[in-house]
Amino acid sequence: MATNQLPLAKKDARLYMAFMYVTYTALLVGGLMGLLQTLARSGKYTLPFNINYYTILTVHGVILGLVLTTFFIIGFQFSLMEKTVGISDKQRKVAWLSFWVMVTGTIMAAITILIGEASVLYTFYAPLRAHPAFYFGLAFVIIGSWIAAFVNFRQLYVWKKAHKGQKSPLLAFMVTINMLMWFIATIGVATSVIIQFIPWSLGYAETINVLLSRTLFWYFGHPLVYFWLLPAYMAWYAIIPKIIGGKLFSDPLARLAFILLLLFSIPVGFHHQLTEPGIDPTWKFIQVVLTFMVIIPSLMTAFSIFATFEITGRKKGYKSLFGWFKKLPWKDVRFLAPFIGMAAFIPGGAGGIVNASHQMNALVHNTIWITGHFHLTAATTVILTFFGITYWLVPHLTGRRLTPRLNKLGIIQTFVWTVGMTIMSGAMHIQGLLGGPRRSNFSEYAGGEQVATWINYQIAQTVGGTILFIGILLMVYIFIQLTFFAPRGVEEFPIAEEEKNAEPTPKILENWYLWIGITIALILFAYTIPVFDILKHSPPGSPPFDWPIGRG
Amino acid sequence: MHLHKYEKIWLIFGMASLVLFLLIIGFAAFWKGTHPQSHIETIDPQNVEAHDAFKPENLGIREVADGKYIVNIVASAFNYDFGKDKEGNAIKTIRVPKGSTVLYQITTKDVVHGFQVAGTNVNMMVEPGHISRYETVMKNTGEFTVVCNEYCGIGHHQMFGTVEVYE
Amino acid sequence: MGKENPKQHQPSLHESTHSLKGTFIAVMLLGIFILVAWFGFYALFLSR
Ligand SMILES: [Cu+2]
Ligand SMILES: [Cu+2]
Repeated sequence: MATNQLPLAKKDARLYMAFMYVTYTALLVGGLMGLLQTLARSGKYTLPFNINYYTILTVHGVILGLVLTTFFIIGFQFSLMEKTVGISDKQRKVAWLSFWVMVTGTIMAAITILIGEASVLYTFYAPLRAHPAFYFGLAFVIIGSWIAAFVNFRQLYVWKKAHKGQKSPLLAFMVTINMLMWFIATIGVATSVIIQFIPWSLGYAETINVLLSRTLFWYFGHPLVYFWLLPAYMAWYAIIPKIIGGKLFSDPLARLAFILLLLFSIPVGFHHQLTEPGIDPTWKFIQVVLTFMVIIPSLMTAFSIFATFEITGRKKGYKSLFGWFKKLPWKDVRFLAPFIGMAAFIPGGAGGIVNASHQMNALVHNTIWITGHFHLTAATTVILTFFGITYWLVPHLTGRRLTPRLNKLGIIQTFVWTVGMTIMSGAMHIQGLLGGPRRSNFSEYAGGEQVATWINYQIAQTVGGTILFIGILLMVYIFIQLTFFAPRGVEEFPIAEEEKNAEPTPKILENWYLWIGITIALILFAYTIPVFDILKHSPPGSPPFDWPIGRG
Repeated sequence: MHLHKYEKIWLIFGMASLVLFLLIIGFAAFWKGTHPQSHIETIDPQNVEAHDAFKPENLGIREVADGKYIVNIVASAFNYDFGKDKEGNAIKTIRVPKGSTVLYQITTKDVVHGFQVAGTNVNMMVEPGHISRYETVMKNTGEFTVVCNEYCGIGHHQMFGTVEVYE
Repeated sequence: MGKENPKQHQPSLHESTHSLKGTFIAVMLLGIFILVAWFGFYALFLSR
């Protein structure tokens, strides 16, 4: 596609770059908080200026888990939509509105956390009560993201009307799936924030239904992680093939995988609530089964990735069984960083299956294994793929080039990240299996052998965390270079094409009514009865608690 | 839609593995009764003493039959109440012989807590208004740290106890 | 993105032009890794 080479109009590039500035500011701030946590948990350092451990933990989770990811994803997806289906002036204006609403929400939440009025961690479990501004901030971030979602839907709709009978471009289809999933999922957390938390935090409601709020949160919480993962899958399916000089493996299979991800990402939130007292175990198990369904599209993705590599290599003439693998463009950071991300998803995914295995969840629930798990999946698989996208997206937007020097720095960055994360996440996994808890400041508890072992692993995490922070500094440096200083030029926006003789894509894959209908049906199936039970058997509600989080 | 022969084999293999996992955990859960804790009994969090198990005098460990014990605990920020010993001091260590069957019953007076006997399968969320129960056989000897593994406030990491399993 | 091109479609094309043996071995190794890992952790769970 010739337009891939063309730089974007300045006014469009500015919009997408705005999202990137927030992303990389968030990376720096959130990363620093991560470093401070691993230092504190070693037991050898105390935090300066009397900062509370749980305040920085809240900043870390909110700013990396909610802010960085959402801003990068929405900015990246807007650029994909423009490249595939275009954007109108009016749509661009509304997109800016989404940006500013999200920024407003982020600033509100950030200030509230930093002054110590919202040390409730990013899950903000009731009945700990933060300052109302924190919940308002979250609501604004969500509403801003909805505006972006509806701009994306509109973009595809306008294109479809102008291209009757044609299938939508693959990446536009994928973006639409992701934003649909996001919209349906965030309705849960938005309901909880607006109907439960805000009136209760303002004092209009005396009590809150704790279990209901947790259920609504996790109804959103699992699709949240797939909202992070799907843009990485977009890059793996539709961008990496172009970077390695190949074609799409299969357009219909890619779409099918995304549809399955839409269907099965949402009705599965109970796998985060397996050890909770108030939910019927049969319904927990039903959602465990649905959780296992969502593994299938990832199995398809694994095949598709290897097949893309192999077909591309064989076309270039590599005949031996794994010759194609050796000849992948290892020295191209646009490939290497996402590739390490893919590799990390192997232990990450296997660990995820263990987490979701019903009673086996007790082995790992709320231990630091979980933290290790999502530092593999989110903070390696997803983030390294996002870094891999940054290396070409940012220079494409700023009209600069990824120079060989920056490419090399990127490779070093990837290497640093891999080493740091292997140490940190590895130590977390082992410590978690030994029972070490997550989300906890340094503590010697009752002492003894068990605790001494935990502390050794925490020191290993400090080492890994420090290496990772060096990786963050490197990445921020590369981002600044690509934004302001790299030589002017044209960087390709790589979008893979189909083979000329590719099989046609069945029309049913674009039957939105059908897929949205099944999605809703599955959600109703998985949640109606248990939520009804929760409401019917609910205990007296909980009044707010301010003092445990240090609020005056 | 066309699936390559190898992809078919791979997906069948993958899905068969998932089904196998589900059959194993499903059999264990529904036939052997090893569901994750899901007690579904509610309580007034402002008045937990109204429930027999959580009366101050009933807290801590009690032998109910030969080799069978019940441990009642009340969690609150930032403490586990295992009851008091004869001198009136707060109990911090629960001692049970190896191989005994122990039922842990716990609830909270305030916010959400966790209750994990680290190194065993006793790992529960403790939520206001609900009673968490889990029965298990203490198979291995040793000193196991009890930790609150759900964030409950700035003293969260100071909330602990010990379970000692002796020969 | 290209338009649909049903006339040129040949279902057997993938099989005939490309060998996917390497892919197959790679994914099966991945599958075995998942199986071994899962049973390992399940054994740990049962031992506790
Ligand atoms: Cu999940
Ligand atoms: Cu606690």
